[in-house]
Amino acid sequence: MDHFRMIFQYFQSNSESVMNGICGLLALASVKMYTCFDFSCPCLPQYNMAYGLGIMFVPPVALFLCGLILNRQSLVMLEEWRRPRGRRKKDLAVIRYMCSSIMQRAMVAPVVWIIVTLLDGKCLICAFSSSVDPEKFVGFANTSPMQVQQLLAKVPCKDDELMRNNTSRKAVSRYLRCWSQALGWSILLILIIAAFLARWLRPCFNQATLLQARHWSNYIDIEQKIFEETCCEHSRLFAHKCILHFFESMRQEIKLHSFGLPREGEGAEGEEDLLRGITDQDQVNKLLKMWYYEKPPLDVNQV
Amino acid sequence: QSNQESFMNGICGIMALASAQMYSAFDFNCPCLPHYNLAYGLGILLVPPFILFLLGFVLNNNISMLAEEWRRPQGQRGKDPAVLRYMFCSMAQRAMIAPAVWVSVTLLDGKCITCAFCTSVPVDTLGNASHPRLSQGEMKRVLARIPCKEIYDGEEFIANEVAIRYLRCISQALGWCFVLLMTTLAFLVRSLRPCFTQAAFLKSRYWSHYIDIERKLFDEMCAEHARSFAKVCIQQFFEGMSTDLATARCHPPRKAPADAGEAAEKLLGITDQGTMNAALKSWHRCKPPLHLHPLVLPSSNGWAGEKQPPTHPPAPRRETAAYYSRV
Repeated sequence: MDHFRMIFQYFQSNSESVMNGICGLLALASVKMYTCFDFSCPCLPQYNMAYGLGIMFVPPVALFLCGLILNRQSLVMLEEWRRPRGRRKKDLAVIRYMCSSIMQRAMVAPVVWIIVTLLDGKCLICAFSSSVDPEKFVGFANTSPMQVQQLLAKVPCKDDELMRNNTSRKAVSRYLRCWSQALGWSILLILIIAAFLARWLRPCFNQATLLQARHWSNYIDIEQKIFEETCCEHSRLFAHKCILHFFESMRQEIKLHSFGLPREGEGAEGEEDLLRGITDQDQVNKLLKMWYYEKPPLDVNQV
Repeated sequence: QSNQESFMNGICGIMALASAQMYSAFDFNCPCLPHYNLAYGLGILLVPPFILFLLGFVLNNNISMLAEEWRRPQGQRGKDPAVLRYMFCSMAQRAMIAPAVWVSVTLLDGKCITCAFCTSVPVDTLGNASHPRLSQGEMKRVLARIPCKEIYDGEEFIANEVAIRYLRCISQALGWCFVLLMTTLAFLVRSLRPCFTQAAFLKSRYWSHYIDIERKLFDEMCAEHARSFAKVCIQQFFEGMSTDLATARCHPPRKAPADAGEAAEKLLGITDQGTMNAALKSWHRCKPPLHLHPLVLPSSNGWAGEKQPPTHPPAPRRETAAYYSRV
């Protein structure tokens, strides 16, 4: 009984902690990926926007999908959703609860990427440098419209020969970075306030339903784990019996085929038990050959 | 099951990390020659992933299990192709991770694509408008040197940085698209399975796990059997030796006093240097056959180690020994 209780507690606390751990690791991985990634803006008029916005939005989608894949509970939820009704009713509230908790955890890493990108500023500078109003900046105000686009597109590239000592480039860069960081901090603030409100106000709405949904979603998770564990144990016992049968049937066959075998001692010693009647090189070879060529049937009823 | 799967996932993760580490340790050297660039770049992009994929299969213990199950004769147990497919799919999925990591890291880094496609840079759109026209071959030769900044001599056609930035942007876009594609595929594979084939999946998983456990248990039992076999075989060898030598030297095997106990048993009838040396020599020169004599109960005179050797007719020898004079 104690054993079962310990297993239950382990599974329950383990499942949520494991998922939170994976969620945290993925967030750290996303920051690490961003710092390792060598951002190089193409500095060409049509390519800048595509590159900048691409780097800002494509990795988050990939991280979101990764978050869904690595979360074991998403499989459990899908199975519960798609299973035939059978003799157990399906509770949509439980499925909704599981879905929302999975989505919340999966959204953490993409949001971290987007915020780090905005706070760093390189993406937005790359994407929107061509869209800045050139009139505001001294260096670009007096150039022809054709050339101004080209020049503005080169703003993100500090080492470009045209931009090397251009003070207006720095002005544009600082301007865009300021906007980018403001956007980043605002999004962070809004998200934190939303999370805070959601956690504080949740007990005011439908607390009973929530408790039920949480309990049953835990239950479904644990039930599946225990089913898998039981299947493992069962297959181990099945295999053990099957092999013992096989050795036994080999022993019978050898007894039948060899007539001159002296009487075996009654009261078998430990060694004889383990030898199971196979005491000869030929017998062992035959046993091994039979094991490969004719595996025993998956049926341990023949006791 | 969880242990086996975690172990395989661990190996898979280690190989992915190893592939990223290998890439960063690898010293990429673009040849900067027109026809060699493409071959080198694409080779570095595609050949290591293929090797990593094969390595993923080799390091997987279950590959021999799959091969055995596939090739065995049917015998009394039917073969289920669904189980084989399940085993192969799960191995292939794990083996694909390290190559995907290599390709992503290569594309996101950009050096390979820069090297492979530098001769295809659109000079007309990116380069300086006013430049002397060169022949196709000459232009290719100049462009091929783009990755090697020290020897690049085409600044008047197209600036080195502009070209590299352009190629790298394309490479990184391809890299991120590849990453997105792989994650989408993985997501679809994982989420469509419970929707369509859950019952068949549970069956295949159970039986593939069963086959694995059965093989391990059989190996364990065979090892146990081999141990007992060896123990009895060697015991019988020592007994045979001591009896043989006693007969050859015409003195009976010395009887230990009845209260000598375990130590006497363990000596197995060999109690002097000459006998031991003869036993060791015989073990090397003439190993006993792999055929155990039927085991009988220990006789009541305390000689637990000595049994009647069935190959020699016992009665006459005993009678011979009885007449020996000890003088």
